[in-house]
Amino acid sequence: MDLQLTEDQKLFRNTTVKFLETEAPVEKVRELNKAGGGFPPEFWAQGAELGWAALLVPEDLGGGSISGNGFQDLVIVAEEFGRLVSPGPLLPVNTVIAGLVEGAASGPDHSEAIEGLMSGESIGSWAAYEPKGHWDPLNPGTTAAKNGGNYVITGVKDRVEVGDVANVVLVSAKTDSGVALFLVPTDADGVTVEPVDSLDFVRNYATIRFDGVTVPAEAMVGTEATSADIVERMFQVAITLQSAEMCGAIDRVFEFTVQWAFDRYSFGRPLASYQALKHRFSDMRTWLECCMATTDAAVKAVNDRDDNAGRLASVAKAYVGTKAVQIIQDCVQMHGGLGVTWEHDCHLYLRRTMVDRQLFGTPADHKRRIADLIGL
Amino acid sequence: MSDQIESVEDFRIRARAWLADNMPKLDPNKEYNTNRVADREWVEHRELQKKLFAGGFAGLCFPKEYGGQGLTPAHQAAFTEESLPYEMPLRLNVPSLGICSGMLLDMGSEEQKQKYLRGAISGEIILCQFLSEPSGGSDLAGLLTRAQRDGDTYVINGQKTWSTFAYAADYATCLVRTDWDAPKHRGLSMIIVPVHDPQTHLNRVRMVDGSDEFCEEFFTDLVVPAENLVGTENDGWTVGQRQLFYERQAVGGGSPYVSGRAPSRGNAAGLSIENLARQVGKDKDPATRELVGWVHAQDVVNNQLIKRITIGMTSGEYPAMASSMMRLAHAEIPQTKQDIMFDIAGDEAVTSVPEGDGYLRSIGVSYLMRQGASLGGGSSEMSRNMISERVLMMPREAAADRDVPFREVRRGR
Repeated sequence: MDLQLTEDQKLFRNTTVKFLETEAPVEKVRELNKAGGGFPPEFWAQGAELGWAALLVPEDLGGGSISGNGFQDLVIVAEEFGRLVSPGPLLPVNTVIAGLVEGAASGPDHSEAIEGLMSGESIGSWAAYEPKGHWDPLNPGTTAAKNGGNYVITGVKDRVEVGDVANVVLVSAKTDSGVALFLVPTDADGVTVEPVDSLDFVRNYATIRFDGVTVPAEAMVGTEATSADIVERMFQVAITLQSAEMCGAIDRVFEFTVQWAFDRYSFGRPLASYQALKHRFSDMRTWLECCMATTDAAVKAVNDRDDNAGRLASVAKAYVGTKAVQIIQDCVQMHGGLGVTWEHDCHLYLRRTMVDRQLFGTPADHKRRIADLIGL
Repeated sequence: MSDQIESVEDFRIRARAWLADNMPKLDPNKEYNTNRVADREWVEHRELQKKLFAGGFAGLCFPKEYGGQGLTPAHQAAFTEESLPYEMPLRLNVPSLGICSGMLLDMGSEEQKQKYLRGAISGEIILCQFLSEPSGGSDLAGLLTRAQRDGDTYVINGQKTWSTFAYAADYATCLVRTDWDAPKHRGLSMIIVPVHDPQTHLNRVRMVDGSDEFCEEFFTDLVVPAENLVGTENDGWTVGQRQLFYERQAVGGGSPYVSGRAPSRGNAAGLSIENLARQVGKDKDPATRELVGWVHAQDVVNNQLIKRITIGMTSGEYPAMASSMMRLAHAEIPQTKQDIMFDIAGDEAVTSVPEGDGYLRSIGVSYLMRQGASLGGGSSEMSRNMISERVLMMPREAAADRDVPFREVRRGR
């Protein structure tokens, strides 16, 4: 929620809001959930037309930003996704694009894949987790054995967002000379996809098995020497998008909870007149502002590829991840029993922030990563 | 002469060179930023301020006509960064420059600004605040110190307390009651008074950590010239509000009028939480590492918050009372840090050990004053009232003294 957006960025936010409010209002999210979750393909295709998957793509590949700062522009969409708990593979597709763009300098060309993702024709996701494993993307059990001009990939990845409908997944695997990333089509022989749902209303995941899946050497993204940097870049993009989405979610929940406090009367006066509650609202308002401040700073650092981007992105994820669910739980409390009913929207936002909080490193993981990064 | 402002980068380069030539380097063997101020610091810091002033680096964000430099907060931020390796007159930052001088710039008469504002910037004068009274902390406007107009003077009687660094100051901005028939906010006046006067008795107040930087003052027929009135008579609340705004800003860490930053507690090497973890041998313990990471994250967030709210208030998107959010965060975050440091420090934080250097025990002593962060400069509860009532526009608390002549307001059971 940058306070210094350009006029073009403000216009982009308005267009995004209008589109989301028309095509995917919260009632629609509930309908999608009833039908099994996920996102309507035409919804994402339209989003791609609006540029949602083009902002991190260089201009020579047909991409482009609104303001010259593509990641800042993308964050505007992520915030609005949070405000409306929107469906769609915004985070996974853009994270994969970030990885492919990053790998282009050192490894095989993936411009065709980038174009497919950018146009919305293809859906991609980063398959970073493995069963029973915590967040540790550079230490995969999955292997990639060299076989002539090909690699044979064997292993299991899980918690792959949109894995149930993804056309390509970015897989990390151990090779003879280190860890490498591979872009693997999900229709390749030996790939099995097992859909998994999540606490989020519309965000589906999958467990994906690779049983001796043969891919050409050109499927590698970057090289073993650059894979750690590519993973770091994708990681920063993913967690900062999560922080931005959580900011949007708590901004909206706080907004309707304040309204509720004005509208709801007990003992002849509005909830908003009780000091015990006013003070809790003040704490929440302050934490919300802190969440936005730290996310702004992380967004700028990731956008600018600042030397501190990794640390600032983790600071934001640790802080926002901790506070977002706390704020929403407090807002639930303000609603009384209504707040824990299926009918009320609170839980849609709680679900979204819980998922954002826990994946790509929990706040605790990020706190320990900060300790590493400050040299303790 | 050109009115164009020097670019921040040019200014930074010029400041760096000047600092290296003129200011003393921090001495690794000297104690800085302790909770007890050594008497020598007041002498040294006045001299350092005079040096800054002579070099054209004092009061960077104050206008040139009052001894400042007419530069922007970005210039001040750059100067502070460049000043970190040097001794700086940090004791003059708050309240003298950050709070009292800011208020005088906005509300003082031309003569007052020439005398007191220029004096504070040049290092000739140190200012402090006489605001709180023993009869009420949060209810500032219910104050009882009275000033009676007598010809071209005011005669002041009453008592003030919690005046930080008053013992070292020359003048105080003193909020007094001048009309007892008006409702409480409408009978106040702000008057500049000398601190050291035979009619004023000053005590230092000893705090639980052994520090005695707060003072209390008793006025018995203290006579000051009427020209010391800031603003108009009985409009002191407007003046006081302005001063409180600067107080929140300064206490929250967002003042453009303060220069330099304290080295972290202890010696110049800085015994940070990372060093604490190493010192007690817990730096490899995952639980401790997590706590250290969390403290670091919150320190960073605190500074990011100041930056964001300053942007919001400057652009007019946020009301001035948004500064209360800085104030609130600036209490909660350091308190979390104190809790965690006290935890990590363990048993040596509460007992002296013969071979220890006393550092771990100083963490325990600081913990005694933990609540100071949410009391000084207005309590966190008042900040929460401000945020809910002035930012979220929720209904105001009921008050039994609203629109009642102050004379008739109950002041006890």
